Amino acid sequence: MNRVATTLMALLVLLVIATLSLFVGVIDLQPKNLFNPEELELLLVSRLPRTLAVLITGSALAVCGTIIQLLVRNRFVEPMTAGTGQGAMLGILIAILYFPSASLIVQICIAATMALISSIGLMLIVIKLPATKPLYIALVGLIYGGIIGAGVTFVAYQADLLQYIEIWTTGEFSGVLQGRYETLWIAAIVALLAYLIADQFAIVGMGRTTAISLGLNYNQVVVLGLITISIVTALTVVTVGMIPFVGLVIPNIVSRLYGDNARLTLPITAFFGASLVLICDIIGRVVRYPFEIPVGTIMGIIDALIFLWILYGRERHAR
Amino acid sequence: MISVRNLTHQLGQQTILDDLSLTIPKGKVTALVGANGAGKSTLLSLITRLMKLQDGQILIDNMNVGETPNDALARKLSILPQSIQLEPRLTVRELVSFGRYPHAKGRMQKQDWNKVDEALTVLDLNELADRQLDTLSGGQRQRAYVAMTYAQDTEYMLLDEPLNNMDIAASRSLMRVLRELCEHHGRTIVIVLHDINYASGYADNVVALADGKIDQEGTPLDVVDSAFLHRIYGTDAKVHILDDRPFVQV
Repeated sequence: MNRVATTLMALLVLLVIATLSLFVGVIDLQPKNLFNPEELELLLVSRLPRTLAVLITGSALAVCGTIIQLLVRNRFVEPMTAGTGQGAMLGILIAILYFPSASLIVQICIAATMALISSIGLMLIVIKLPATKPLYIALVGLIYGGIIGAGVTFVAYQADLLQYIEIWTTGEFSGVLQGRYETLWIAAIVALLAYLIADQFAIVGMGRTTAISLGLNYNQVVVLGLITISIVTALTVVTVGMIPFVGLVIPNIVSRLYGDNARLTLPITAFFGASLVLICDIIGRVVRYPFEIPVGTIMGIIDALIFLWILYGRERHAR
Repeated sequence: MISVRNLTHQLGQQTILDDLSLTIPKGKVTALVGANGAGKSTLLSLITRLMKLQDGQILIDNMNVGETPNDALARKLSILPQSIQLEPRLTVRELVSFGRYPHAKGRMQKQDWNKVDEALTVLDLNELADRQLDTLSGGQRQRAYVAMTYAQDTEYMLLDEPLNNMDIAASRSLMRVLRELCEHHGRTIVIVLHDINYASGYADNVVALADGKIDQEGTPLDVVDSAFLHRIYGTDAKVHILDDRPFVQV
């Protein structure tokens, strides 16, 4: 199956599940009743924003997963677990503790700044590690994220904010309503802007020597990449909470099936990411109907299965 | 012409390069040789701006390394990256097309694709063009990277120990390709080599480094003899002359 056919297929699948997503929920909503003003309002105020939020989050996080994996040259790193997500949490905590009256945008800025600082920290550690030992980088990423996460828990515990912080550690979309998710569009725009320099990310993924030989400003590309993932991660964490795994699993699947030429593969990555999160969100809505299971929980189960397939499945070079 | 003037480089307390001056002629294959730690790789890294210049000056034609913008230098000289196990999942053609980046900046035109096709032909990679890099042998992969630097279309090509982990067939094939690029495509090649026999077999000039200084430079015949081996590598070996090229009996 070639890339164009897959992209069209992915688009079709996405359209179908997005439509499905609009009509799955506690309140019964039938397509035939849409002309009823009450039901139309439900669609526009709750279902549509929720579906859009899922699509943006899934695609932007998958794209960011690809970017960080190219920057650190390791396929087992993703922003949500390797410090960026925890940095964003730390930022939220700082905002709550020291700037409780700050507006949402200021909170997001603080979260994004802390996310960026911890991403730079990860990069500085990773640069010193041999790229030929992939497990080092993956483990160091996990431990690094764990340490920052532990710091967040400690401070939250001291300040009696543990329950509060819980809201952000388990990402889920049930709280998404019109007027409470729009900041996510910034994440969508940032991910789209990053696509403009997809070639440069791909070259950086070939290593510093190649990047410099080809005339790239290596440090500048790395910093732009880190800014991208920090903004997207911070916006996601602030708006819907931590959504792990999508940034890990999707880039791996896409790389395995379609290679690492980022300019060609990033759109597919975005489609796949959006689809995965949306499917998990729909499952979470129906499994214990009328109650909801957070999307992160469903994703943990599904992604563990996918990852086993990645690890043990035979490598294909479908083109 | 690459001219290196009064280059000094220190790593902590250690002096890696000590007031080194050197001229590398255009249109030739120049081999940098020397014992481990003599400063060959540091010299190459400084010429290719992979490391920051501390003291001294490097001119490539009239471009001052350290002052010339990165992308302008990328159209002047290319670096063959050392082969690593971490291959990106790209086809040979995709990899080679990245060599056009300094010219096309991501917008490949007809002439860029022509150059890619030319590189694939010159490096005899047409049959492998749509194969994934990680399905190739080490030697084929190396050729793919050389094709990428070929497509970059620079006057100068610099290579740091490209023969590492390569068998004799792949090593000879690479050295022949480099000679061909030099003789028929006007490229200037600078190559760091461990094996002195490859240097004397394929290079026009040999530059020997010892303790961060130039020990000797000239044609292989001028440079390579028993006394030289003793002085530079501390080993006693016989040198035979065959077809005007010296060969070390290993």
